[in-house]
Amino acid sequence: MNGVHDMGGMQDMGPVQAEPNEPVFHATWEARAFALNMASGAWRKWNIDAGRHEIELLPPVDYLRMSYYEKWTARLEELLVKAGLVTREEIASGKPAPGSPKATPPLTADKVPFVLRSGAAAKRDVPAAPRFHAGQRVRTRNMHPAGHTRLPRYARGKVGTVDRDHGIYVFPDTNAHFFGEKPQHVYSVRFAARELWGDQASPRDAVYIDLWDDYLEPA
Amino acid sequence: MGDHHEHEHQAVPSDPALCVKALESLLVEKGLVDPAALDALIDIYENKVGPRNGARVVARAWVDPAYKQRLLLDATAAIAELGYGGRQGEHMVVVENTPAIHNLVVCTLCSCYPWSVLGLPPVWYKSAPYRSRAVIDPRGVLCEFGLELSEETEVRVWDSTAELRYLVLPERPAGTESLSEEELAALVTRDAMIGVAKVAAPRRAAA
Repeated sequence: MNGVHDMGGMQDMGPVQAEPNEPVFHATWEARAFALNMASGAWRKWNIDAGRHEIELLPPVDYLRMSYYEKWTARLEELLVKAGLVTREEIASGKPAPGSPKATPPLTADKVPFVLRSGAAAKRDVPAAPRFHAGQRVRTRNMHPAGHTRLPRYARGKVGTVDRDHGIYVFPDTNAHFFGEKPQHVYSVRFAARELWGDQASPRDAVYIDLWDDYLEPA
Repeated sequence: MGDHHEHEHQAVPSDPALCVKALESLLVEKGLVDPAALDALIDIYENKVGPRNGARVVARAWVDPAYKQRLLLDATAAIAELGYGGRQGEHMVVVENTPAIHNLVVCTLCSCYPWSVLGLPPVWYKSAPYRSRAVIDPRGVLCEFGLELSEETEVRVWDSTAELRYLVLPERPAGTESLSEEELAALVTRDAMIGVAKVAAPRRAAA
């Protein structure tokens, strides 16, 4: 989706403002919003790609205006409703619908360290032949899917060189929409900065982008 | 039940603090989340997982050439040797700064970040200015962080578009030969491991 989230190469967003000695969370509600997202994810009603796409679906003006954890909160409400875990009426009222059953949370405090330590690997141990190899020149496809994709707009239709093959990973473009994992090779592809940005870029610099087989064709 | 009708006419709270509070109480009341699990999650990211983890990895690589080799070859396994891994660090890549090459990490599409070694990302890393400009004007961004690189240095920007998570191995500063691994780790900053800074030498070298 050609949304505002796809920010690489945009200009006029202002200077980077670093905050010295920044706390992990700036307010209690940020910490709670973070933890609510993590704990709700334990229902496994959605995956990381669907979660990312839900943020991309926020109205563009909201996306630019909202802070990070405001976006996480808005995204969580949408995911919960779409998963059928809560209704919009319940979110509006803040109360469970009359007579609705009480569930048992899948993530309890005692399980938290183990769940975080285990992580959620996106690498898959399934056979999939690589279409490219390190050192090969490739061109990214000029594609503009209306759904989720991880091929940034600034890198479409560009020629680069495969730096390394990372192995076989879940494909976000299908997984985000629950169309299956479609595991395939991911490569780190090196693009000369001038290939992406023209003569204004340094002749020495490069951008490395992790790209799936389906994004690439031989160059 | 009886007051349901009244609530229909209430404005949805727009204050994020109220929104989150209402959402938490709803999810707890429905048995969807355990409030003690929320406390445990917050405690881990506020107090246990942070840039100190990454700093220990860097210091070990500086003092142990065999470890550094393993780290550059299979970062996930080498980082696990020190006990770090898991969520948002499942698939790690370490990129090494040298006098000729400077690495910088960004996520232009969202805010991907190696939580297991750096903790949760700072606001600037998630902000539009950084995400938009790190790829098109990395040298300008680095200048804003006070890091001016020579024309001769090659800048490599790593856009975290997949599930690989990147950690920069900064250059060991000169004059630190006598420091212990622990003292070296204390010099390593989060910003140096993202690539927006270098590791500075200790302010007072031994007299």
